[in-house]
Amino acid sequence: MTDEAVPAQLAEIIDDFASAPPRDRLEMLLEYSQSLPPLPERYAAHPERLEPVPECQSPLFVATELDEDGTVQIFADAPPESPTTRGFAGIFHAGLDGLPAADVLAVPGDVTARMALAEVVSPLRLRGAAALLGRVQRQVRDQLATR
Amino acid sequence: MALPHDSDPKLAQYAHPEKLVTTEWLASHLDDPDLVVVESDEDILLYETGHIPGAVKVDWHTELNDQLTRDYLDAEGFAELLSRKGIGRDSTVVFYGDKSNWWAAYALWVFSLFGHEDLRLLDGGRAKWEAEDRPMTTDAPERQPTDYPVVERDDARIRAFREDVLAHLGKPLIDVRSPDEYTGKLLHMANYPQEGALRGGHIPGAKSVPWARAANEDGTFKSREELESLYGGEAGLEADDEVVVYCRIGERSSHTWFALTHLLGYEHVRNYDGSWTEWGNSVRVPIEREADATA
Repeated sequence: MTDEAVPAQLAEIIDDFASAPPRDRLEMLLEYSQSLPPLPERYAAHPERLEPVPECQSPLFVATELDEDGTVQIFADAPPESPTTRGFAGIFHAGLDGLPAADVLAVPGDVTARMALAEVVSPLRLRGAAALLGRVQRQVRDQLATR
Repeated sequence: MALPHDSDPKLAQYAHPEKLVTTEWLASHLDDPDLVVVESDEDILLYETGHIPGAVKVDWHTELNDQLTRDYLDAEGFAELLSRKGIGRDSTVVFYGDKSNWWAAYALWVFSLFGHEDLRLLDGGRAKWEAEDRPMTTDAPERQPTDYPVVERDDARIRAFREDVLAHLGKPLIDVRSPDEYTGKLLHMANYPQEGALRGGHIPGAKSVPWARAANEDGTFKSREELESLYGGEAGLEADDEVVVYCRIGERSSHTWFALTHLLGYEHVRNYDGSWTEWGNSVRVPIEREADATA
């Protein structure tokens, strides 16, 4: 199901979804939507510092930061009336936040398609999740380039 | 047995007032066993965050579509779905959902293909119900499964296929997408995913009337007079015209189909659910670009 390019903390989430009965997967996605941490003040007060992800069917905004030691921090926000989008953001937050930049960049772009969510969420809705990963990786790449 | 109609004066102006209910009417009929409330949203998880008490969920993508053929469920599939949801052939079904009832109208249109008699839309949808602080719950509804009969889908009356639209060219067409999609500037709604059309533009001769113009700020439908001046006046439709409406996959145009058919009483309106994701990719079909939206 997963390969070595997928960091362990994300691979674990993917495996959880894959091994859960389809009915439970939506419930799990809902839990991720609820566990997405609120934005810290520096983003909450300045939403323009977050990048929009227009490929999502609902508003989604994301920012990444690179610590001194090259660790990635992910900040994302989506309205409560868009729980599916929030859920995707919650998964990537839980799966990638705090990892070294190289690990985040190594995540294959089709990882969302392997999450066993396509059959319960529909492939169309999953495009937004892939787009979110793409934005996170591009932001990390841009920040590495300016170091 | 069917429930009484909502006699709210706002609804009385429409051609078929029995196709709409107000939030107030719904709140006072929630306990009626002959009523089934169906939530149908764009966001597949929204129902799980809380829904109208007793409402069942029907998902457009994973439940109403055949998963292997680009088509809706067949007669057996529909009977199985409705039996499982606890909907009887005689049930009064009230649909509501997010985004001003796009998907609720779409579900209602799909149910209409199967000739279910009593289908109604909650005017204002989920947003209005929530704005009025009416009850929401995360409790799963307890509905007994029913034995819904196997009824063949009748596509001829209210559904148009690509060949039908080709034969229809020259007669009234309403494009309900955003102006930029209509002119060909965008291949999808602003802020929405690109859904894979190769060319931008519209079906030749189509008039542009974005779906949202039929709705008020709060998601309720505009008055009959306003709708008449929009579709009759601006778009030049006559009540006995044969009309085809379309959008990108047929969901937004279901909302317009509802307004034309049930609120204005037009009798020959078909929804082209292939819409731009089919027409914009189809070999040897003509398109137009950049025409004046109201020309």
